[in-house]
Amino acid sequence: MSAFRPLLGLAWRESRFARRRLLLFLSSISLGVAALVATQSFAANMAAGVRDQSRALLGADVAFSSNRAFGKGTETLLHVLRQRGTPVARVTSFGSMALLERTGGARLAQVRAVEGGYPFYGAIETEPAGEWGALARGREAVADAALLAALDARVGDSISLGEAKFRVAGILRKVPGDVGVGSLFAPRVYIPARHVAETGLLRFGSRVQYEAFARMPQAEAKRLVEAHRPMLRAERVGARTADQQQRELQRAFGRLGSFLGLVGTFALLLGGIGVASAMGAYMAQKRDTVAVLRCLGATAPQVIAVYALQAGAMGLVGALLGAGIGMAVQWVLPRLLADLLPIEVGTAIDLPSLATGVGIGVWIALAFALLPLLATRRISPLEAIRRRVESADGARRRPDGWTLFAGLLLAASIAALVLAQAGTVRAGLGFTAGIAVTLAALWAAAWAVTRLVRRARTAGLPYPARQGIANLHRPGNQTRVVVLALGFGVFLLATLYLTQHNLLRPLRLNAAQTRANLLLFDVQEEQEGEMAALLGQSGTQVLQKAPIVPMRIHAINGKTAAQLVGPGTPDDSVVVEEEGPPDGPTGERARDGARSGPEAWAVRREYRSTFRDTLVGSETLQEGRMWRPGGGGAPAGGIAEVSLDVAIVEDLGVALGDTITWDVQGVRIPTRVTSVREVDWQRLEPNFFAVFPSSVLGDAPQTWVMLARAPDEAARLAVQRDVVRRFSNVAVLDLTEVQAAIDEVLGRVAAVIRFLAAFSVATGFIVLLGAVLTSRLQRIRESVLLRTLGATRRQIGAILLAEYVSLGLLASLAGAGLAVGAGWALARWIFEVDFAVPLSPLLLLAAAVTALAAAVGFWASREVFRHTPLEALREE
Amino acid sequence: MLIAENLTKAYRSGQQQLAAVKNVSFRVDPGETVAIVGPSGSGKTTLLGLLAGLDRPSSGTVRVDGTDLGALSEDGRARLRREKIGFVFQSFQLIPTLTARENVAVPLELRGEAAGARAAELLARVGLEGREHHYPAQLSGGEQQRVAIARAFIHAPAILFADEPTGNLDAATGGRIVDLLMELNREQGTTLVLVTHDLELAARARRILRLADGAVVSDERGGS
Repeated sequence: MSAFRPLLGLAWRESRFARRRLLLFLSSISLGVAALVATQSFAANMAAGVRDQSRALLGADVAFSSNRAFGKGTETLLHVLRQRGTPVARVTSFGSMALLERTGGARLAQVRAVEGGYPFYGAIETEPAGEWGALARGREAVADAALLAALDARVGDSISLGEAKFRVAGILRKVPGDVGVGSLFAPRVYIPARHVAETGLLRFGSRVQYEAFARMPQAEAKRLVEAHRPMLRAERVGARTADQQQRELQRAFGRLGSFLGLVGTFALLLGGIGVASAMGAYMAQKRDTVAVLRCLGATAPQVIAVYALQAGAMGLVGALLGAGIGMAVQWVLPRLLADLLPIEVGTAIDLPSLATGVGIGVWIALAFALLPLLATRRISPLEAIRRRVESADGARRRPDGWTLFAGLLLAASIAALVLAQAGTVRAGLGFTAGIAVTLAALWAAAWAVTRLVRRARTAGLPYPARQGIANLHRPGNQTRVVVLALGFGVFLLATLYLTQHNLLRPLRLNAAQTRANLLLFDVQEEQEGEMAALLGQSGTQVLQKAPIVPMRIHAINGKTAAQLVGPGTPDDSVVVEEEGPPDGPTGERARDGARSGPEAWAVRREYRSTFRDTLVGSETLQEGRMWRPGGGGAPAGGIAEVSLDVAIVEDLGVALGDTITWDVQGVRIPTRVTSVREVDWQRLEPNFFAVFPSSVLGDAPQTWVMLARAPDEAARLAVQRDVVRRFSNVAVLDLTEVQAAIDEVLGRVAAVIRFLAAFSVATGFIVLLGAVLTSRLQRIRESVLLRTLGATRRQIGAILLAEYVSLGLLASLAGAGLAVGAGWALARWIFEVDFAVPLSPLLLLAAAVTALAAAVGFWASREVFRHTPLEALREE
Repeated sequence: MLIAENLTKAYRSGQQQLAAVKNVSFRVDPGETVAIVGPSGSGKTTLLGLLAGLDRPSSGTVRVDGTDLGALSEDGRARLRREKIGFVFQSFQLIPTLTARENVAVPLELRGEAAGARAAELLARVGLEGREHHYPAQLSGGEQQRVAIARAFIHAPAILFADEPTGNLDAATGGRIVDLLMELNREQGTTLVLVTHDLELAARARRILRLADGAVVSDERGGS
């Protein structure tokens, strides 16, 4: 320690005239630290929110749910609970058209019929306040503002749901556990359960969610669920406790937190690159000082210590600054995400996040500064007395042990940071590899670009342009680093934009192609003809229609569902009634082994199948062949044919020729898989996992789904109104609104990610600023010399402009170019959608970044105009 | 060609006024070679700055080829320099991002004139044929100063200022550089104002102006 103290003093004194500049260099980590602190703190607040609100999120201690009426066992269980004095409340939810006669407005709503007492925890807030209690009074309802807006209704109006009318007592302001944007798809309306029968909507084929909630101590809830699991499973009832709910939300939010954190990490890593480059330039200017220090007897480690102390101290200041910004940003995130999360996220200052953010910031600053610092070991003391000694930039030496060590330390630091953020090793390695590939590609692009500039024939250009472009490869230039940092920011933004664009495009294209704007479902068999007539009146065209027969799998290849997937694990109990595979029809699946066992959810789910004898536009045959029209049926005692979707084939672990026995409302229908279809699920059309021959299901109880096109907005609204007046059980989904809702949700998600990606872009500009200031002396010297030789201010300005415009252009074009590659790869392999490049927004982004780069560069160089030509002489 | 009248340049240093150049007057005729000599701190460089219009005097006037520098703006003086004045510096002052040929071309380029051929010609004249495409860092000190000399002559200036042109070179190289400078000067009939503390170099000028403490102490015209 005694040897360390004087170094500390020396480090302080030596930095005397460079502190502000050093601070700027190291503040390139500030925004990264800010992003990190903000996301970490946000994640911590999310976790706290889940912890504090877990019961309110479920509204109870335990919840049972099923998409068919509870079976005998469940009913008995609920009855026993009630008798023991346990508060129990049921909620029955279904989709229905809501109609307001006064205005003629109609809109598909999500009806929730609730029993008194629900929710047991948390409060549903209404406007006017306290109107939740109105449900206890009679035929009253509380609805989303979106529903009232669609119906042009106001509080006090009576809306029709099926055959019954309910007076709107209030508007929903907050429902714990519900995602705000959900109401964009189908606005909610709560009604009292005792009047639900009056609607006449709970008929065959309607999709109804039955739920029951109970309040009891958590331990008891857990025991209860465990004890009755086999019965619940047999009756296809999902059960979950508040604890389970909390764990699931925590897992989900953990993933959200680490994703946001990773986006923030990009900014920090870019900042690190900025630190390395600025430190290199700073040390180059300190050559003389280092040489003198060495002459005076300082050892190489002492010299490194002096400058490492400076870097560490300034890194700390930069990180603290970043932490401050992060705390401010942390206020913004919950607002941006408010409608996308089922919980309320606080904005408390999370000290551990703050401390880790600052710690990581200083660590990254030092790790990146180390390599340039080590280079000082090679500065010879001789340079103090002879100016132009063999300069080190000539001979390139092989890296020694220390350099290797510093390089490894840096790589390990980056990997550790990303791994810690990603949560899992696999995701971490994936991200590390992704970052490495992107940075390597940008580095290569920057390298190629500087080579190109050096060789480019710029002879035809005016002198200032030529000089400006030549400046990009001035000795000690930081062109590559700036292209890298700015380019990476552009890359992030452009990739996000491209992905969003390409995810939404099929929907738009599809809507444009089929021009369908209405989807009618739950049309009863006997209503079909009348419905067609009704639609015809407004000029609405039926584009496609399909019968739907609900069914379940009884057995596969002779093994019953229960034998196949067993009693199940507690965790999958919640997905018993899930609509699709957890990750969507084309999500990740175990790909090892040609035939892994069947997935539990796929065996247990309800299948809403159709029957027809041909393929439709969204399908292509992959294996086997379709049955002849009218054929495919079962000869007496034989077995019928069935055609399956390729994804479900994989999830069920079946192949062509296997047999599946279906349970169609109690009737067992044995089938053999004779064809496999590839279905384009992205089309907004009725698509099916299983298609049966008409001859097999034609007589089964069925409902119809219809895809239709109304000629204009008036007709679209009229159809919704007329259909609900005539057929109260039929639900009409306005696809135009669905489209808008999807746009809205994706837009909001993208806004959050873009917000964080903007930190990377801003870091890029700080790196640019640092690079400009680093070469400040050289720049001033040059412009003074040019002025001595007779250049006017205007000419000097033109040179600067040429330099920064070309720099910004190179960076943004390199970034945008790579983004096109990354966007294509994401579209092709991750999202499996077609890829197209929207050129003008990308060019606009490039132009904006270029203009900003020119502005920042020009502003940072404004000093060159202040110096008089005399200095060329003075400097001698 | 060059007329200085009652030139004074004072700097404020804390509370004190320090005069670096005091009441200097002289005139230089066309084609003349003048060496300004004096010890360190005698005001040589300050005087040179005033004469070349790099700086403004506190009082007094400078006329270059009939033009009063005091009447010109900063940019006006820049334009005058690129028309009529050439420079050679002690530390060469080449632009590191430009090749030898491009460096030589700069003064003409600033006027918006094509200069490639003339630059190549001058580089050949100073003995750097074949080195046109080298960057300053790839040239020795003597070679860099040759490039600087070529640059100083490319726009055929009426007057050339040289500030310790041999100061950063060894004796032999410096000697050759001075020979080159004098030769070109003679060929082009340029007026040369040389600042140095090297008396041997000064002796090669027809006239020597001695400076001490900011004032002219002697003005000798030699015979050579």
